[in-house]
Amino acid sequence: MKAALSKVELESDMASRFGDAFKLHEKSVVETLSTGIDEIDALTGGLPRGSLSEIFGPASSGRTSLMYSMLAHATSREETCALVDTNDVFAPTAAGATDIDFERLLWVRCAGDLEHAFKATDLLLHAGGFGLVILDLGDVAGKEARRIISSWWYRFRRTVEDRPTVLTVISEETCTRSCAALTLELKGAAEWSGNLLRHNAIKVNRQRPLSPWFHESQFSAVNF
Amino acid sequence: MFACIYAPQIPADLSLTQFAYGFSPVVEEVRGGTVVIDVEGCELLFSSPYQLANEVAQRGQKSRTEDGLETTVSVAIAANPDAAIHAATYLKGIAYVSPGEELTCLGEFPIDRLDYSLIEMEKKVAGEVLETLRLWGVRTFADLAALPVAGVSERLGQEGIKLQQLAAGKTERHLKVKQPEPVFAQSLELEHAIAELEPLSFIFARLLHQLCATLNAYALATNELCVSMQLEDQTTHERKLALPYPMRDHKVFLKLLLLDAEMHPPQSAVRSVLITCEPVKPRVLQNGLFVPLAPAPDKLELTLARLAKLVGEENIGSPVLLDTHRPDAFRLKHFTLATKPDRRKRLKAGNPQLAIGNQPCLGFRVFRPPLRAIVQADQGWPTQISAWGKQRSVYGRVVKLAGPWRTTGDWWRDDRWGRDEWDVTLERAGQQTLYRIYRELKTENWFVEGNYD
Repeated sequence: MKAALSKVELESDMASRFGDAFKLHEKSVVETLSTGIDEIDALTGGLPRGSLSEIFGPASSGRTSLMYSMLAHATSREETCALVDTNDVFAPTAAGATDIDFERLLWVRCAGDLEHAFKATDLLLHAGGFGLVILDLGDVAGKEARRIISSWWYRFRRTVEDRPTVLTVISEETCTRSCAALTLELKGAAEWSGNLLRHNAIKVNRQRPLSPWFHESQFSAVNF
Repeated sequence: MFACIYAPQIPADLSLTQFAYGFSPVVEEVRGGTVVIDVEGCELLFSSPYQLANEVAQRGQKSRTEDGLETTVSVAIAANPDAAIHAATYLKGIAYVSPGEELTCLGEFPIDRLDYSLIEMEKKVAGEVLETLRLWGVRTFADLAALPVAGVSERLGQEGIKLQQLAAGKTERHLKVKQPEPVFAQSLELEHAIAELEPLSFIFARLLHQLCATLNAYALATNELCVSMQLEDQTTHERKLALPYPMRDHKVFLKLLLLDAEMHPPQSAVRSVLITCEPVKPRVLQNGLFVPLAPAPDKLELTLARLAKLVGEENIGSPVLLDTHRPDAFRLKHFTLATKPDRRKRLKAGNPQLAIGNQPCLGFRVFRPPLRAIVQADQGWPTQISAWGKQRSVYGRVVKLAGPWRTTGDWWRDDRWGRDEWDVTLERAGQQTLYRIYRELKTENWFVEGNYD
């Protein structure tokens, strides 16, 4: 009893000097944007708005397929999207087979210039109003991506924080470090039927946020 | 008080309106050869309205070199414009109609001379009323003015009342002053030529501010700015900024102009600047409560200009697929905010059987330009591939392949194309990657076009 009283006295004394440190803050509901793929939405709950998400994996792991799906879903909701294409690899003829509405997609081709890609992303985030901004670093070599200074990621995270924009980074290896609110690792395995490529079976591993419950699934499989 | 100047026969190259501006800034052009001016306050210059009328008549007879009209003019002064017009038209020389004494001057005029166009009455209606008056024996302005108002109203209606007031010289109205055509252009000649952009930005800011103030005054906007700079080397540097939406924000214009000047600087120092614009009605946009998120139009335009400066104008935009089977055929168009509803939703609304597909599609990353490859083949089937480019290289052993598929097109053109495509899985250091390779039929060269992802 005595200990409980002294704890209460201590807390009230501290509260008067340290503000609302002892108040219980309710976590606000995070709005999300669906990826357009039910299996991945079930795994992740969707891409969080106002945050940075990262999707990484080697070539042929399904990153671009997932990007098409995200763009198709976002543009179907009449949201304006932007794609910062670092190495100019976006194929409109292939993406045209999906439901992406190109009239709502701003494509920025950076011809391999990493600095331009980051500056372009910064301009787009500061302009505001975009529902989905994708920074495609998929063809940037891993060692070059790891050399990207952390301050860029923190700047992006801070800029997008109070906006309903989803910023997604696609890369070969993880490079956003702790700035990403959601990190997905993709692994692909092509399945052939005779001489025909049947589909690319993708395994999605949610790396961030880590699940506190060991039995909650952090893997999902999708066929593209 | 108003003065009507009547000069039906002036030389064609002289303007009665310009002549009238020499006496008053408020001038109404009634018709060819007749103008009315407001002489309120003329005592400061001409001591009295009668003196002004004298001056007008005298100057009218002078030659054009002396700002005259080279003809005899009739001038009438009255308390209201319509009485002055009637007096000047039918009385030669100078007439002064005292306020309240209009009928003394105009009473004897025959009723046919009543100018019903001054009260904006239709010819047919006026004709009917005047015919009725003639049948009643009303012959002059004085006769019409003498009729009882109530009786005229009962028998001829409001048209009759208006004609009666016109005949009595008691109509009251303001002059319909012709507004000068607004000029949406601002220019400035510099004392010293400017070579740097920073001092030029102050000039742009001043001119744009004035231009936008003029647009604001007329409740107009513009979707095109033209800048013309006379340079020190006697050449002209011209730039046109096309805007996707009508705007009139001088700050946005200044930023766009400066970004454009940085990308396309003038070849030498600037001696004078002229900025013009085409005025249009501003865009009226009613936003709904549930409109999806979109960038603000003016902010978007600035962002696009900054991106263009960063990566080049030709590298930003919305992709548009071309109507051809040629590989990687597309063009980029200027990005604008989409306003119409999603095409697929409109299609779906028209045909409920259509559904927005939810089937994931295999992605493809294209290499631009395609990688030149050396392919080792066994009986025509690729077994080993080595490809290289400026930014990437592809090596590996073929573990799985599908193809070939032959595609050709544009056979009637000089740039016809034809190739055999393969989908291959390359293995390298335990990592398997899916690629699309092709062999050109014309040159038999191998290329790696891209990888499936």
